[in-house]
Amino acid sequence: MEEHLVDWSRAQFALTALYHWLFVPLTLGLGFIVAIMETIYVKTGSEFWKKTTKFWMGLFAINFAIGVATGIIMEFEFGTNWANYSWFVGDIFGAPLAIEGILAFFMESTFFAVMFFGWNKVGKKFHLLSTWLVAIGSNLSALWILVANGWMQYPVGMRFNPDTVRNEMLDFWQVLLSPVAVSKFLHTIGSGFVMASLFVVGVSAWYLLKNRDIKFAKNSMLVGATFGLVTSLFLVLSGDEAAHQMAHKQPVKLAAMEGLYEGEHGAGLVVFGVLNPNKTVANDEHEFLFDIEVPYILSILGYHELNAYVPGLKDLVYGNKEQGIMSVEEKMAKGKIAIASLEAYKEAKKAEDAQKAHNARVLLEENMPYFGYGHIKAPEDVVPPVETTFYAFHIMVYLGGWFLTLFALVLFLLTKKDILEYRLVLWAALWSIPLGYIAGEAGWIVAEVGRQPWAIQDLMPVGIAATHISSTSVMISFALFAVLFTTLLIAEIKIMTTQIKIGPEGGH
Amino acid sequence: MGFGDLSLLELQQLWWIIVSLLGGLFVFMMFVQGGQTLLNKLSTTETEKTMLVNAIGRKWELGFTTLVLFGGALFAAFPLFYATSFGGAYWVWMAILFCFIIQAVSYEYRTKPNNFLGQKTYEFFLLVNGTLGVYLLGVAIATFFSGSEFMVDSNNFSHWQNPLRGLEALANPYNSLLGLSLVFLARISGALYFISYIEHDAIRDRAVESIKIDMIFFLVFFIAFAFWTLNLTGYAIDTNGVIVLESYKYLHNFLEMPIVLGMFLLGVIMVVIGVFVAITYKKTCCIKTTGAGIVLTVMAVLLNVGLNNTSFYPSSYDLQSSLTIMNSAGSHYTLTVMSYAALMVPFVLAYIAFAWYSMDKVKITKEEIESPDSHNY
Repeated sequence: MEEHLVDWSRAQFALTALYHWLFVPLTLGLGFIVAIMETIYVKTGSEFWKKTTKFWMGLFAINFAIGVATGIIMEFEFGTNWANYSWFVGDIFGAPLAIEGILAFFMESTFFAVMFFGWNKVGKKFHLLSTWLVAIGSNLSALWILVANGWMQYPVGMRFNPDTVRNEMLDFWQVLLSPVAVSKFLHTIGSGFVMASLFVVGVSAWYLLKNRDIKFAKNSMLVGATFGLVTSLFLVLSGDEAAHQMAHKQPVKLAAMEGLYEGEHGAGLVVFGVLNPNKTVANDEHEFLFDIEVPYILSILGYHELNAYVPGLKDLVYGNKEQGIMSVEEKMAKGKIAIASLEAYKEAKKAEDAQKAHNARVLLEENMPYFGYGHIKAPEDVVPPVETTFYAFHIMVYLGGWFLTLFALVLFLLTKKDILEYRLVLWAALWSIPLGYIAGEAGWIVAEVGRQPWAIQDLMPVGIAATHISSTSVMISFALFAVLFTTLLIAEIKIMTTQIKIGPEGGH
Repeated sequence: MGFGDLSLLELQQLWWIIVSLLGGLFVFMMFVQGGQTLLNKLSTTETEKTMLVNAIGRKWELGFTTLVLFGGALFAAFPLFYATSFGGAYWVWMAILFCFIIQAVSYEYRTKPNNFLGQKTYEFFLLVNGTLGVYLLGVAIATFFSGSEFMVDSNNFSHWQNPLRGLEALANPYNSLLGLSLVFLARISGALYFISYIEHDAIRDRAVESIKIDMIFFLVFFIAFAFWTLNLTGYAIDTNGVIVLESYKYLHNFLEMPIVLGMFLLGVIMVVIGVFVAITYKKTCCIKTTGAGIVLTVMAVLLNVGLNNTSFYPSSYDLQSSLTIMNSAGSHYTLTVMSYAALMVPFVLAYIAFAWYSMDKVKITKEEIESPDSHNY
């Protein structure tokens, strides 16, 4: 396969995913915030809350459309750009996508129409129910796609079938309830809730800074900051669980996130660090040019134990007998046996030699957990880009901490003081909107860059997963997507900011 | 007795039937696309145009969702098709995707102030989606009969053999016939939808006139496609599981599956009756009759190419690489799980019907569109 093809295929998928994630978090969270607002309207019958609901709903719609547009591309890109992947694991991976369509998308799109056009056509209660169903539907769709993603990170509930040369699902519940999938789902929708809260709080802050629509802005801010505070706490808890899962299932990613090269007992968490650019897993340079570490925290996060051993990249690449960690070289040898046994099995089948086929199959199954390592060229290749993973992770964590503080502060000032007098806080709230997007994208960079080179952890590296096509084709489609998505993003931002300037009173 | 007790072949057939149904529903939902091509023709004022856009704007997402589900169901149920066709005919599918991205934003952004590209551009996007998007989907589906150039290796990885990556299908006039048929069919159903959903005499009169012309084009292209198909040498699976060429394969399939033939004929008759009643008696009923006819017809066409030992995605490059519902399907377990999930479909259809019924009780009128309180596209 062409060398650049894989890079371009990855670039195109990353581009789509990053753009998609500019729109989805707001949909996930704003859906619920709008539903809460409409519930207040239905309970109180106050026209003020109806107007407030409709304003935020309008922004929801502007954002929603482009999320849908980028979403369909993601689904089809598994086929167009990762065709081999689609066959190799389609038997497991396809099902959540199809179920997502049946259970979530129809709910979302049907009730979306009622929510927007039904104000004067259906009863109040049915309308409110529709709004809730849009929020639930969009979060349900997140569930299924994140189950699919979680499975790529931690493949469970399947068996390799040498006759069809693919993995086949054995246990649907194991796929659905995989701890990685569950924690990924919770952490991801949590980040969407926080993003939407930042958006509502930030936009409201802008009105307060402009000294207009004060009642509307303060009430919206109260709903947004309350929702934000609760969901930020939830985000911290689910993040802790995600780190715990990662320590067990993807230790290489965890080590990269922390720039941990040498494993240790009672490992500390680097709260701030500048990585040494000359450091590789193969040399003995110091990891950091500068770092501040809090002892024991990483062991506690990863293993819930003060003195637990956290393996570093060196242990994971070159092995550590004492800790029972196999070296990548051994795994590569096993992977090569698995691949050779598969070929032997196919030949024996063709020759109708049942005994030979049986022997090959036994050997294959023994070595199957290392199948993907058979395609790895050098042990060091299993180390993901450490710098990207490390910095993305730390940016995400800092920002998460800041958002929690911001929501608490805003709530305090709203309820106990006159927030209009604290213009610095209002400016900070406004500028936290882009920070929310940065945090979300950084999270996905940790999740996806941190698991390189794997398309499916330990089973299939990205190089094997890609479609056989000329890299020129992918370069052209990448450029087309980049232009189109950017154009639409500009349109979205212009429309959105104009609607915000018009404000809740301008309406339609 | 559950889905798990069905044989693998029965599950594969069940899933081909479900995929065919989804295909039929999707083509029915293309009334949205057809409507998009009629915006200028059926309106003389901005208010009229806005009425048209809003009538289909309340339905576009369902069509979009049906397309997504059609893709998801193919991925899960027939993953080798997903890998071969989407990865292989790369540029056709990319072009289709672009046509659908631009649709998704156009409704919401069209009349919003400061929308960057201007109203005309978004309306042009809707036109492209309704013509090129529909046409290309028709071309892609036609290759189910006419074949493509690919090879599947011993790892079941697909290798497309034509450097045009799917665009070569455009050179075959047979494929174009189906594409053009769909474009005009979508315009007909779009016009029928407007007639039944918008209470506005001038729009209704113009819609009737447009159907008269579009129906002639549709019949010419569709009858040509149907006769060509019945005369084609098709890709059959013989008793040893080997793919062989068989003269009049698709004609034989109809004759050997009389229920499918019946669906096809009934579907076509319903389409024609719906159109006839609408243009002769000016009735507003007919999107339902024609719509059901479209679902039946498309379903019958897809059943024809998938069942009765037929290759539904043949390779003209390497006959034995051709995809059948047997060699491209998911495992017994996955198809079983998905079948249980599909039990939700009637429930989903029921709430869609209920939501539509609740919304459509009140037809779109000029007053509603002009009222300051309404959310308009």
